Parts: sequence; structure tokens; C-alpha cells
Amino acid sequence: MALLDVCEVSDWLKDDGSSAEGASVDKVNHFSFAAHGREFAVPPGVDPAEFLRPFCSSADGVEGVKINLDHGTTTLAFKFQHGVMVAVDSRASAGSYISGQLCNKVIEINPYLLGTMSGGAADCMYWERMLAKECRIFRLRNKERISVAAASKLLGNMVAGYRGMGLSMGTMICGWDNKGPGLYYVDETGTRMSGNMFSTGSGNSYAYGVMDSGYRYDLTVPEAYDLAQRAVFHATCRDAYSGGAVNMYHMKQDGWIKVSQGDVAELFYRFAKEKN
Amino acid sequence: MSYDRAITVFSPDGHLFQVEYAQEAVKKGSTSVGVRGKGIVVLGVEKKSVAKLQDERTVRKICALDDNVFMAFAGLTADARIVINRARVECQSHRLTVEDPVTVEYITRYISSIKQRYTQSNGRRPFGISSLIVGFDFDGTPRLYQTDPSGTYHAWKANAIGRSAKIVREFLEKNYKEEDMESDTEAIKLVIRALLEVVQSGSKNIELAVMKHSEPLKILDQEEIEKYVLDIEKEKEEAEKQKKKT
Repeated sequence: MALLDVCEVSDWLKDDGSSAEGASVDKVNHFSFAAHGREFAVPPGVDPAEFLRPFCSSADGVEGVKINLDHGTTTLAFKFQHGVMVAVDSRASAGSYISGQLCNKVIEINPYLLGTMSGGAADCMYWERMLAKECRIFRLRNKERISVAAASKLLGNMVAGYRGMGLSMGTMICGWDNKGPGLYYVDETGTRMSGNMFSTGSGNSYAYGVMDSGYRYDLTVPEAYDLAQRAVFHATCRDAYSGGAVNMYHMKQDGWIKVSQGDVAELFYRFAKEKN
Repeated sequence: MSYDRAITVFSPDGHLFQVEYAQEAVKKGSTSVGVRGKGIVVLGVEKKSVAKLQDERTVRKICALDDNVFMAFAGLTADARIVINRARVECQSHRLTVEDPVTVEYITRYISSIKQRYTQSNGRRPFGISSLIVGFDFDGTPRLYQTDPSGTYHAWKANAIGRSAKIVREFLEKNYKEEDMESDTEAIKLVIRALLEVVQSGSKNIELAVMKHSEPLKILDQEEIEKYVLDIEKEKEEAEKQKKKT
């Protein structure tokens, strides 16, 4: 509209859709998969990424206040001949304070899709529930379940719009679709990778050590359960930010099952007995 | 009072006149026929004779939307161009986000929703085209859909749009046989026979495109169409002879 142009208002109206009425006919609609604009209103003139940068980048932050956006947890997932194993710890930490020992770090999106969470608990829970909503809408619109590739792409696209604004989320999307078992790692920068084995969180290096030394594609199901559980357990032993219990899921062709929830203390004594 | 000025307005007896007028515009367009076989999908269009100095190749009524979907339209060519452009972008956008090619139903639904949006906003008129969208889903199922200016779409085994669509559709209803559709040549011949009913001067005015699963779109050239037309005429003669005998 001419008046809007004269007042040079177009810069800060941007993509909130309240500008020219003609735009509504061509506006982004439900076919443009979640690549839409901001979920949250940002006041004009404020750039969240710029605001956050000094707190994260320099050694002391701003006047001694530094925000550490680490992923304090251990989660892992690997593909093998009988599907996908998913194992996570259950400790929630706020700095050096343990705020919970039995939090649920796996979101059950649908009977064929799981998402793990590491990083900021709120970010993970919120965005993965948004993903669950999008997956459900996809199923209703297209009369078939969403593929693992598409689901992970949706999540990656959703958070990529908030890059630099302080989201903290490292997740693995695991599922079984008509291309077979699927495993994708997605994080808050929008990174999205497909692979056979991933581990995220502060305890991931310990978990990788155990997984890498015991992993074969042709593991049997009990061997895979043992490997996944052991990897997370050893990570909880060494990493201060991981602990509580080991939650394990097995993604099969006809859906996932929750294998076990093993308290880390019990696992410690069980493995110690085996050594003797 | 006339209820066809601002298209967002219904008439007292429930008509959207602009949409119905758009359908009239479609009826003026050249005929397009589509047939869905078992392993093949075929689209044939009536080619209007071009002026002497006009380059024939610039008039293409059959357009690919992606590797596995193509369409023909009847009605206003300029409107069709816009719809086709949007559909092509959506096909790629779908490939980017979902990492899979579109299903024919999905892109048909997308095109229909564009058309519907233009019937429900002021200052814009509906698109004056109907389209036949054919292709294969990635599991190998052949599909044929028809859309119209109101934004509705339906799946068909065989259909025609444009001028004389009614005559062609009746011909198809009489002559479409499920068993015949197992053969690719029979499907192609059915489209040609349907077009020959209404086209003026035979094979010169027919443009034909076929697609088989996982194969690219193939636009038949004049000689191939001629061959099919000759076959059809031979079959017709033999059918006449049979009739005369009995």
C-alpha cells in the first residue's frame, strides 16, 4: 500500500502478515511445511541474536554473567539389523544443581517415531511437541504417516529460524517408515545428519567409547539391549550431568517398545558382580 | 441486482456466478483427454492449427510438473501458466522438505487449493482453467485427477475437458474396458480414438504424451501418432466388414 511505503513501515512489519490484504491470498499456507516465520513476537528494533552474543562468546560474558548453553545429559541411538536402539539417562541439571533424577528424555511422537532430548529441557520439550503436532497434521492431511526424513527435516527447519537466539537442543529422531529404520541427529543450529549411530550430550564421549568397542550391525536383540544400557551407564558414572536411570526403547518394524528403565545404582552393582 | 460483480458474493439461489462463468471459459478451450492404464498414463490434446509464420514448438499444452507428474489444461493459457509455475515450485519444495517426490494427489490438492483461494477473495477472479493431472506415485500406482475452476478435484479412470468434453466423455464411457488397459498400446489408442471424434483434420492436430512408471515423460512425434491412427483406421474397417458380414 502506498501509505505504508511512504511511512517506510515495511521494514518492521516484515513477516507478521498484517500488511497488504492482497498478501493473504498468496501467504504461506499449510502446504509450506513449517518453514513459516516466527512463532514468537519480537518487538521491532530488537535483534535477539545480537543481544545474546556477548553473553555467550567472550570469556567472562557481560559483567561476569556468562550463559553456558551446554547439553548436560547422555543420549544415544544406533541402528542394527533388528531396528533402532534408543537409550537415554534421566538426570535434569541446572548448572551444578541436580533438579531431577527421573525426567523423561524421550518423546513418543507416534507409535513409529521417537525423539530424544538433550540440552535445554524447555526447548527440547516445546519443539518436539511442535514436531508431534506437525506430524499428526501431516498424517491427517496426507493419509499416511510422515517419513523419518521428513519429520527430522521439519524439526530442523523449525529451529533454524531461531539460530543464534539461544536455543539449546540436541535431538535424535528415530523411526521406522517404508524406507526402513531411520535415525537422524538434529540440533539447534539446524544441523541434520542421517547416520547409523549417534550420541549427544555432555556424556556422549564416554558413551561413544563403550558403543564403538561393542557395536556390530549384526548384534542380536539381547546383545543390543546390553550394549545400549552399558554405554549410557558408563557415561553416567563419569559425567556429572548424567545419571538417574537408563531408559531404553527398541524401534521395530511394527513400532517401538519401551524395553526397560534401569536405575543406575542397581546397574552399578549388577555390572560389578559380573566382573567378579 | 446482479450477483456476479464481486465474486465473494453468493447469489440468492446459492450460485457463485464467476466460478460458473469460468467453467464456461473452460468449455471454449481445446479438448484434452486423459486415460489411466495399468502401467501407463496417457494425455492427448487437440492442437489448434497454428498460423503459417508461427513457430509451432512454442505452443505446448502438456507440461511436466516434476519427473513423475505432468498435466494438460483447457481454458485460458495465461492462467494455466501461473498455476503450472506455482505447482512446479511446490513439487520442488516438497522434495526439499520431505525428501520424496510429490504424490499426484498431493499436487492436485495443492493446485485445487490455489484455485479455491481465488474464488474466495475480493478483487481476484477465479482461474479459467480445468486441468488433467496424471502421473505415478513412487509406489508405482498410476493416477489421473481432474480439477476445475471452483477448486474441486476428483480421480478418474478416463476423462476429457474443454470443447466437446461431453461427447468425448460419452465415447470413453462406451469404450473404456478395464481388461484393455493392461496393454499400453490400447490405452494410447483409446486416447487417439477419443480425440479423433472431435478433432478436425486427424493426426496432424493431435499432441500426445505418455508416461510409464520410473520412465521420463515421452511426447510422441508425428510419425508415431500417424502409425496409431493408421492402426485405428484399419481396425475400424475390419469392424465395418464384420458388421456387413453378419
